[in-house]
Amino acid sequence: MSTLDQPRGIAIPLQAPPVPQEKPGEVQDVAPAYEAQGVWRLAFNVFVQHRLAVIGLGIVIFMTLFCFVGPLIYHTDQTTVNLNNAELAPGAGHLLGTDEYGFDVIGRLMVGGQTSLEIGIAAALVATIFGVLWGAVAGFFGGWVDALLMRFVDVMLAIPSLFLLLFLAVAFPRTVPILILVVAITAWLIPARLVRAEALTLRTRDYVQAVTMMGGGGFRIVLRHIIPNSIGTIMVNATFQVADAILLVAAINFLGLGIAPPATNWGAMLSGGVDFVYDGWWWLIYPAGIAIVLTVVAFNFIGDALRDALEVRLQKR
Amino acid sequence: MLGYIIRRVLQAILITIGVTLIVFILLHVIPGGGVARAILGPRANAAQIAAFNHENGLDQPLPTQYLTYLWQLAHGNFGFSYKLNQSVASLLVQYLPKTLLLLGLAYAVSIIVAVPLGIYQAVRRNKIDDYVLTGASFVFYSMPVFWLGIILIVIFSGALHLLPSEGPQGAYVTDDFNQLSSLILPVATLALVTIASFSRYMRSSTLENMVQDYVRTAKAKGASNSRVLFVHVLRNAMIPILTLIGLSVGYVFSGALITEALFNYPGMGYIFWTAALQQDYPIILGVIVVTGFATVLGSLMADIMYAIADPRVRYRRA
Repeated sequence: MSTLDQPRGIAIPLQAPPVPQEKPGEVQDVAPAYEAQGVWRLAFNVFVQHRLAVIGLGIVIFMTLFCFVGPLIYHTDQTTVNLNNAELAPGAGHLLGTDEYGFDVIGRLMVGGQTSLEIGIAAALVATIFGVLWGAVAGFFGGWVDALLMRFVDVMLAIPSLFLLLFLAVAFPRTVPILILVVAITAWLIPARLVRAEALTLRTRDYVQAVTMMGGGGFRIVLRHIIPNSIGTIMVNATFQVADAILLVAAINFLGLGIAPPATNWGAMLSGGVDFVYDGWWWLIYPAGIAIVLTVVAFNFIGDALRDALEVRLQKR
Repeated sequence: MLGYIIRRVLQAILITIGVTLIVFILLHVIPGGGVARAILGPRANAAQIAAFNHENGLDQPLPTQYLTYLWQLAHGNFGFSYKLNQSVASLLVQYLPKTLLLLGLAYAVSIIVAVPLGIYQAVRRNKIDDYVLTGASFVFYSMPVFWLGIILIVIFSGALHLLPSEGPQGAYVTDDFNQLSSLILPVATLALVTIASFSRYMRSSTLENMVQDYVRTAKAKGASNSRVLFVHVLRNAMIPILTLIGLSVGYVFSGALITEALFNYPGMGYIFWTAALQQDYPIILGVIVVTGFATVLGSLMADIMYAIADPRVRYRRA
C-alpha cells in the first residue's frame, strides 16, 4: 500500500517499511457514533487526540505569529549594516545580541523566519500540486502514458536531491520565487509516486467506472474523483514536504547558494555560525538552529497525526 | 530469481542513461550565455567563445554532443575539467574513495548503534526511556546536518579540545588512515542523522514482529524471552533495515556533501560543491552520473537483499 510506504525523510524514496500505528486502543475510541459525524469531523477528533500534533500545531502558529506579527511589535533595523553594534553579547538593548553585521538577532530571526516559512510552504505547495497532477494522470491513464511519466520520475529520483538542487541553484538567479521552484523541482517526485499508486486502485472502483460510462472525460475523473479521494495521502505528504523544504533551503544557504544579504533566512543565519565556533558566541549558533528544529519537528508531528487522522485504512473501525 | 535480477540490472542501466540525458539537457538550458560565458567570464569576446565552443565540441548539434558524451562515458571517459586541468575520471578515482570511506564508516556506525537501540526501544515501548529516545531521534532527524556538525565542533573541538575541527586532509584516501581522529566528527555527524531514522524503523519493525504468531509459538514452546528476541524477532525485524540501507544511498550522499563541505574534507561531495560554485560542468555532470548510478545500485541491492533475506518474497514476471 502506497500510503504506508511513505518515507519520513528528505529523500528515502520508496518502500520504507510501514510505521505501525501505535497505541491502537487510544486511536480507535473516537468513533462510537460515526453515523452522526462527517469524515472531516472524525479526522479532526483523531487529530486533536494526538497530543504531539496539538503541540506541533501550537509551535507552527507561534512561529508564524512570531515571524509575521512580531516585527510590528518589536522594531529593528534589518537592512542597514551597523558595524558599531556588531557581535554584541545578549543584554538589555538586544536580548539575543547582534550578529557580525550589527543586526539584532531576534529581529533577524523574524525576518529570516518569514523567508524560511514562505519558501518551505510555497515549495511544498508547488511540489504537491505538480506531483499530484503528474501521478494522477499517470495512474489513471496507464499504458504508455504511465510508463513514460513514471520512468521520468524514476530517473529524477536517482539523482540525490541536494546535488540536483545545488546544480539548479548555481544555474539560476537566486531569488525567493526561483528558490521555491528549485526546491519544488526536487520535491514533487514523492507525491507523484504516492498519488499514482492511489490512482491505480481508484480507477477500478465502481464509481469511477460509472463516470466513464456516463461519458465523463479522463481529466474530469482525475480532477473530480481521483485527486479528492487521495486527499489524505496528499495532505500528509505535503506536511512532511514543508519540513523537508525548510531543511533543504537551510542546506543550500549553508553551501553559499542561498539568498543574498540583507535578505536572510534561518539557514543563512546559521551558516555563519561555523565562523564563531571558537569565540563562544552562542547567540549566533543556537537561536536560528533551534527555530529550524522546532518548526521541522512541529511539521513532522502534524504529519504523523494527519496520517492517523486521514488515512482511514489505518484506523480499525 | 536470476531472471528478476537480470531484468532489474537492465532497468538500472537504463535509468542511469536517463540520468545522463536529463543532466545533459539541464546543462544546455542554463540561462546567461551558456557554458562558455560561465567559464571564460563576462569579458570574453565572440571569437574566444567560438574557439572555446569548438575546442569542447559545443558547436556540434545537441544530439551529436550527447551521443559523443555517452560513447566516451561507455569507455570510462568522463570528460575534462574546465578549471582543474585534470580529467574528471582521474578526479573521481582520487576523491570517490574518500567519500566511500566516510559513507562506509557512517553506515557501519549507524547500523551498529541503531539496531540495538531500536530493539531496546521496542522492548521498553511507551516507557519513559522510549519516549526520551524517540524525542531525541525526532530532534536529530529534524536538524540541519551542518548545524549538528557545528554543534559537535563547538563541543568536542572548541570547548573540550578533544578532536580536530577539520576532516582528514590530503588528496588520497590513504592519507585518511594517518588522521583517524579527524575522521571521528565527520562520521559522527553523518551517522547521528542516519541513526535517528534507522532506529525509528528498527523500533517499528521490531514491534510489528513481536506480535506475530511465530513469536507466540516460540514462547509456547518454552523459548526464553531473549532467545525469542535475538533469534526469532531480530532476523525478521532486520529485513526492512536491509531495504532501508539500499534506499537511503541518495539521501546519505546528500548528507555527505554537506558534511564534506563543513569539515573541509576533500571527497566527491566537496569537489562537486566547488565545481558547482565555479560552474565546472564536466565535473558536475560526472559526479551526478556517479551518484545517480550509486543510488540506482542501492535500490537494486535493496530489492535483491530483500528477496534473499525474506524467503516469502518471490519475484515473478509481472
